[in-house]
Amino acid sequence: MASETPLLKRLLGVDQRVFWALGLVLLVAPVFTVESYRLFQLTLAAIYAIAILGLNIITGYNGQISLGHGAFYAVGAYVAAIMMDKMGLPYWSTLPAAAVICGLVGFGIGFPALRLGGLYLALTTFSLAVAVPQLLKYKGIEQWTGGVQGVLVFKPDAPFGLPLSSDQYMYLFTLAMAVLVFVLVRNLMASRIGRAIMAIRDHGLAAEAMGMDIARLKTNTFAVSAMITGLAGALSAIAVEFVSPDSFSVNLSITLFVGMVVGGVASIIGPVFGGLFVVFVPNLAEEISKAAPGVIYGFILILFLFVLPGGVAGLLRRLVARLLR
Amino acid sequence: MNGFIHQVIAGIATGGIYASVALALVMIYQATHHVNFAQGEMATFSTYIALTLVQAGLPFWVAFFATVGVSFCLGVLIERVLMRPMAHATVLTHVGLFIGLVLVVSNLTGWVFDYTVKPFPTPFHDGPLLGGLVTGHELGSTAVTLVVLGLVYVFFRYTRLGLAMRAAAYNPASARLVGVRVGWMLALGWGLAAGIGAIAGIMVAPVVFLEPNMMLGILLYAFAGALLGGIDNPGGAVVGGFAVGVIENLGGTYIVGTELKLTMALVIIIGVLLVKPAGLFGRVVLSRV
Amino acid sequence: MLLEVKGLKAGYGPSWVLHGIDLAVAEGGVTALLGANGAGKTTTLRAICGMIRTEGEILLAGKRLNGLATENIVRQGVAHVPDGRGTFMELTVEENMRLGAITRHDRDVAADFERMFELFPRLKQRFRQQAGTLSGGEQQMLAIARALLLRPRLLLMDEPSFGLAPLIVQEIFDIMRRVQREQRVAILLVEQNANLALEIADTAFLLETGRIVVSGTAAEIRQDESIRRSYLGY
Repeated sequence: MASETPLLKRLLGVDQRVFWALGLVLLVAPVFTVESYRLFQLTLAAIYAIAILGLNIITGYNGQISLGHGAFYAVGAYVAAIMMDKMGLPYWSTLPAAAVICGLVGFGIGFPALRLGGLYLALTTFSLAVAVPQLLKYKGIEQWTGGVQGVLVFKPDAPFGLPLSSDQYMYLFTLAMAVLVFVLVRNLMASRIGRAIMAIRDHGLAAEAMGMDIARLKTNTFAVSAMITGLAGALSAIAVEFVSPDSFSVNLSITLFVGMVVGGVASIIGPVFGGLFVVFVPNLAEEISKAAPGVIYGFILILFLFVLPGGVAGLLRRLVARLLR
Repeated sequence: MNGFIHQVIAGIATGGIYASVALALVMIYQATHHVNFAQGEMATFSTYIALTLVQAGLPFWVAFFATVGVSFCLGVLIERVLMRPMAHATVLTHVGLFIGLVLVVSNLTGWVFDYTVKPFPTPFHDGPLLGGLVTGHELGSTAVTLVVLGLVYVFFRYTRLGLAMRAAAYNPASARLVGVRVGWMLALGWGLAAGIGAIAGIMVAPVVFLEPNMMLGILLYAFAGALLGGIDNPGGAVVGGFAVGVIENLGGTYIVGTELKLTMALVIIIGVLLVKPAGLFGRVVLSRV
Repeated sequence: MLLEVKGLKAGYGPSWVLHGIDLAVAEGGVTALLGANGAGKTTTLRAICGMIRTEGEILLAGKRLNGLATENIVRQGVAHVPDGRGTFMELTVEENMRLGAITRHDRDVAADFERMFELFPRLKQRFRQQAGTLSGGEQQMLAIARALLLRPRLLLMDEPSFGLAPLIVQEIFDIMRRVQREQRVAILLVEQNANLALEIADTAFLLETGRIVVSGTAAEIRQDESIRRSYLGY
């Protein structure tokens, strides 16, 4: 939460700006030190981190459980792919478009489900996530989506004649987007609106009694959350250079959910760990068996819920707090 | 016209499957106010157990009852080991546990029984009956579903244990005060739901073939059925399940085509939430305080 | 003594509501537990039934009840008419009554049902109705019938007069007196209406902020002007 930086500052005894600069160097360093496939994986991790941050806004901070954020990721990815491949638009223009469209879709899904609260959102979003691949394969929109085949796109080259490979550039571009989104969300959560969003989770009845339009704020929060995850989807289409219906099965939504819990529910920094987790753990587990990543995912998720409900971020917070005592 | 009637009958047959799964969902929902997102995966796992037993040479019905028994025990076990210790945790934790269960069970299924699509035997006359209006399996599976639903109704309505389970679901504190062992009632509810799910899996597998994700779409229709009928009303869930089966078949044949069948379930769900969130039979409890 | 409570502490969170109370209920007698709002009366009943955290000793006919789960305490023959009456609103009157006898396997249940209809004729009229549609007084009768169908040795009653019209209260207390005489069940009665409770009680305990401040026979307490004035307020 917002208290992480001051804690670290006190711990390291350095000015906050020094800390930020150090962090930035650490984030940029892989561009020059890591081989291109690893760099691609780090790009993916950053993209997943953004997507998980989006999910964390509605589920972690607002307490409304979404099991279908993969659907927004998919919509974002397809918006980007279609704009680039079918309309010949530049890659950067797809990001705001994907965000807006996903925000609208999120509003449309959130509106009926969030009026009711309870588990209705989880049910609806789960159903959405299950239905999405079939929808993407639908013949009626095949000329745009490419049906089962999907759409191929190409990674942009570095602009202004920068001496970077497209993998290196894509990493930096994603990183910039991630930093932007994380700072914006952090500020949002520290604001009055952010406190209202959390008040709904913690004191729903009281918030209602204070005259807050709960359904509306929840729906708007859901739309923002969908926007951010959709933006991540668009980035993924550009980075992976390919979209197809079967990459957006319900497993993607579940992956994002697992990443959120493992990283840290209702934490800004948590999704970073979540992103790293969902990219690198399956790679390790896949060496055991095709089914192993799923089983291991499941066990880790259950283990975290039992032992470390605050996720990696919560664990770090506790460690730092102990060091400071 | 014949085609239309056949679609309706086929819809009722698959609707029975949805109704069973919807009933299993509603049973757990009533007792714990949780939606078991792993209901489908558990049923698929059970169906693989049945296939293994049949392939080992057991007569179909022996395998059937053995599978239902094993599934019942697994359901009880899951409640005791996984759900019970977290009974007082947040909703997010519970949903997380269900998702963990989905991951473990579905991938374990793939791991143990492999991912290839397998045919599943039907115990009924395999072929068209009544001049092609209905297949033997459709008739048989509908009959099995109706028998199961009838038994469940009789159990809850007329037996001591059924009454105790309902009391535990509606008002656990009061139920304890009349001596009902509420914790065991929840476990029993999980067992029954797992058993009903297993029957649904075995009945649908000959139609859709057996693979680890077999029940995913069916779970979606069961959600739609449960919401349509009223998520807190077992009878409503059953009617909703049958209705969704018929809607799905007619819609699939005459309106949207089979490609968008899952989307239809989503549309039903959102439609119900928009128009009548309590569902068709969602009960309003009368209370004069 | 049927029920003996020694040094009982009980509470909901980290702090105690009861700070070590002693009380006893005689076999077949009516014991009243009196006190103001928040004195700990309801807490005492919940503690006896194992619904909350306790320390100290609770003995039923010499057998320890503490540490047992609520349902097992109930199965020892302790029936509880809880505050709020604990009606199963969604179930019918019949099902509510069947639940009262759910732990019994003897053949007299049907006869006991008849007896309840004789005590509470209104329950017979409403037998097939959803319990949530009953009036407050009817729900209280149903709660008592449900408790009696357990054939308890000890009946705990939490403010049976709460929120009811005086005429109905009178009816219910008349029935309780009759039941107590005929069935020889011991009753621990929690009441805010001390006057009413002392009319049917043999002994009484007076609770103030988690401690027993006065105990004695009902007659003694009724006659003691100073107790009446300082604690009972009439």
